[in-house]
Amino acid sequence: MNPDQLVGKRGTPDFHPMEDFLRMDRMPHIWCSTCGLGTVLTAFIAAAQESAIPREDIVVVSGIGCTGRAAGYLKYDSFHTTHGRAIPYATGLKVANPRLKVCLISGDGDLVSIGGNHLIHAARRNMDLTVICVNNFNYAMTGGQAAPTTPQTAMATTTPYGAFERPFNIPFLVDSCGATYVARWTALHVRQLTISIKEAMLHRGFSFIEVISPCPTVYARRNRLGTGLDLMKFYHDHSITKNFASTRECDIKFQQDIIVGKFVQKEEPTYLDSMEAQMKKTLGAKFVPYVGPMDPAKDK
Amino acid sequence: MNEKKRGPVPTGAHYLDGDHACAEGAIAAGCRFIAGYPITPSTEVAERLAERFPRIGGTFIQMEDELASIAAVLGAAWGGARAMTVTSGPGFSLMQENIGLGVMTETPCVVVNVQRGGPSTGLPTLTGQQDMMQARWGSHGDYEIIALSPSSPQECFDLTVTCFNLSEKYRVPVMFMMDECVGHMTEKVVIPAADTIEVWPRRWYRGPRDKYLPYAPDKDGVPPMIRAGDDHRVHITGLTHDERGYPIITAECQHLCVSRLVDKIRNNADDLMIVKEEQLDGADVVVVAYGISARVATKAIADARKKGIKVGFLRLITVWPFPEKKIRDLAGKVGCLVMPEINLGQMYREMERAAAGKCRTLLVPHCGGWVHDPNDILKAILEGAK
Amino acid sequence: MKYWRKPLDAERKKAPHGNVHVIFERCKGCGFCVAYCPRQVLEVSTEYNRKGYHPPVVTHPENCVNCRLCEALCPEFAIWNTLDEEEARTEPEKAL
Repeated sequence: MNPDQLVGKRGTPDFHPMEDFLRMDRMPHIWCSTCGLGTVLTAFIAAAQESAIPREDIVVVSGIGCTGRAAGYLKYDSFHTTHGRAIPYATGLKVANPRLKVCLISGDGDLVSIGGNHLIHAARRNMDLTVICVNNFNYAMTGGQAAPTTPQTAMATTTPYGAFERPFNIPFLVDSCGATYVARWTALHVRQLTISIKEAMLHRGFSFIEVISPCPTVYARRNRLGTGLDLMKFYHDHSITKNFASTRECDIKFQQDIIVGKFVQKEEPTYLDSMEAQMKKTLGAKFVPYVGPMDPAKDK
Repeated sequence: MNEKKRGPVPTGAHYLDGDHACAEGAIAAGCRFIAGYPITPSTEVAERLAERFPRIGGTFIQMEDELASIAAVLGAAWGGARAMTVTSGPGFSLMQENIGLGVMTETPCVVVNVQRGGPSTGLPTLTGQQDMMQARWGSHGDYEIIALSPSSPQECFDLTVTCFNLSEKYRVPVMFMMDECVGHMTEKVVIPAADTIEVWPRRWYRGPRDKYLPYAPDKDGVPPMIRAGDDHRVHITGLTHDERGYPIITAECQHLCVSRLVDKIRNNADDLMIVKEEQLDGADVVVVAYGISARVATKAIADARKKGIKVGFLRLITVWPFPEKKIRDLAGKVGCLVMPEINLGQMYREMERAAAGKCRTLLVPHCGGWVHDPNDILKAILEGAK
Repeated sequence: MKYWRKPLDAERKKAPHGNVHVIFERCKGCGFCVAYCPRQVLEVSTEYNRKGYHPPVVTHPENCVNCRLCEALCPEFAIWNTLDEEEARTEPEKAL
């Protein structure tokens, strides 16, 4: 490799190497100082590059919320959809145009609360999607309401006396629904996160990565946890890497140890594989595989 | 049917019900993506397509609910497919938020509502025309859509193709307002040769990739479209946005963005107006009807003419945007406009508003569950002729 | 570089050297880079940028080994590394 190319690839002293993948005309982004979302974006872009998937094939879909804004900053074909409906929108994109590598970046409330039904069905179908669920334990964009991931006793604006509902153990949820790649990392584990996102993108089937991320302005402030940097230090001290741990044991209690790692990685037929196999079996020669999306060159 | 030899469109005369004809219409229009959720009385459309698609290269996915169905349809449209979903009242209610997203992001797609008795679970297996206002106002915010209403299985075929064409031309979700009666009525449907069916292409953008602006309109107010995966690096959002698609949360941007969405349809209302006129000149009373009620009205009109009353007939095919101009003109010339509908007054309000007091207007309501008794319509015509 | 013992190939091999670039005005003072640089290359500066934050300042540039952790962690795309020009030419594999 030509060393000049390397320096250029790395970026020059004047331009961050990832600027080509960001909508710089919308920078600076809206996320707070010490929020982990910017870090998730760097991990995503690095993983997308390392996966060597052609850039035009990558599509990013997000829902509503702080994490939902991620699609707006990424310079791929990106779609900012309605609250909770990122997954079926992504399903439509994928099934209509199977060549696409459809990635979702959305928040815990968006994916697991209002979007919960869609999450479990996409996992069940083993739909070939890469879902990055950024979990900051509340609905941050709207001011810090409790979410199905808010740990018991934590403070949120709709649980001013402390949350008392049992929260979801998201890796367990998606694993039990049939996801074929499940991982959890924190925003601090940026290298492992990058590798996981890359593996997830290259994985055929429903890949789900939960990223525990600091929310300084809302969750951390209301619960007196300091800044995002303090939360990162917490993740440093309290995360336990247990690859292939049983997802059953991965629940998160308020300010206690967090199990991170790659929990599930298996190969199973995707939705499109199963559909084709079944059609071929029953229809035989009469089966005409999906013709694909319209081609602008031919649709005149 | 030997699709591979004959091709996907079954040219010829068939004996089909409205639902099945609608399915064939979608196929003829080039639709190859359906996402749906079963709901009576629209289920047959999805069932027929689930059976036909794997033989003609389409893809059908049954989603987990109607919210997912409409979201998948929008995603598929951006993936480059002609996409459609079918539902009825309760499902239509669930879809409203994402219909709003479809309007805001200017996504071409077709939503078929085979109306049934409502509200709520209502009469799942019996007819109604009670979602007409909802088609126009169901989602929140200011917006305009296009809605068509068929009166026969033949029209279920023909107008489904028209729905797709209009959705592509105006980059807007089009509502196909069938009803259970037309959907479950079996009649002769003649399907023409595939090459004679007019299918308009999508308004593809053909300029340089890096100069594409997803919401920069052409002269008629409609922007050209692309599909994901062609390296346009487009950003599409439901937030109020500028021409680049970037969200700008200001009153100025709202004004630019939303006015254009609304004007896009309103300014083209004349082109969009599809009606069938019969003996309007010199009429004393004109019956204005749509859907199955129009079929029933023909009996009442025939009876009234036998009694010597000069009755004209205006059958609305485009129901939204409402053909205000036509009604306004007509109101100045006739004594009374009579509208039978299987609801307690929905499109009637539009007609009354457009008539602006220039003539009398009479509603022949029906709560749903069955079609009108033609005598009720006749009574209204006689009343109108006084 | 402080070793607990001298590596056996210390004469032949040496760690890469990187240059740190900071976009001063972009930084939002999160402190991730300063806290997690493994070679203590950075410190929180006392200067303010236009946004009112204290960006990092490179106090020990000679220690940077181009590990790029600051680049990976930064949420603002305000800091990154480039491999030392000389090394990039002679030992390109270190960049990877």
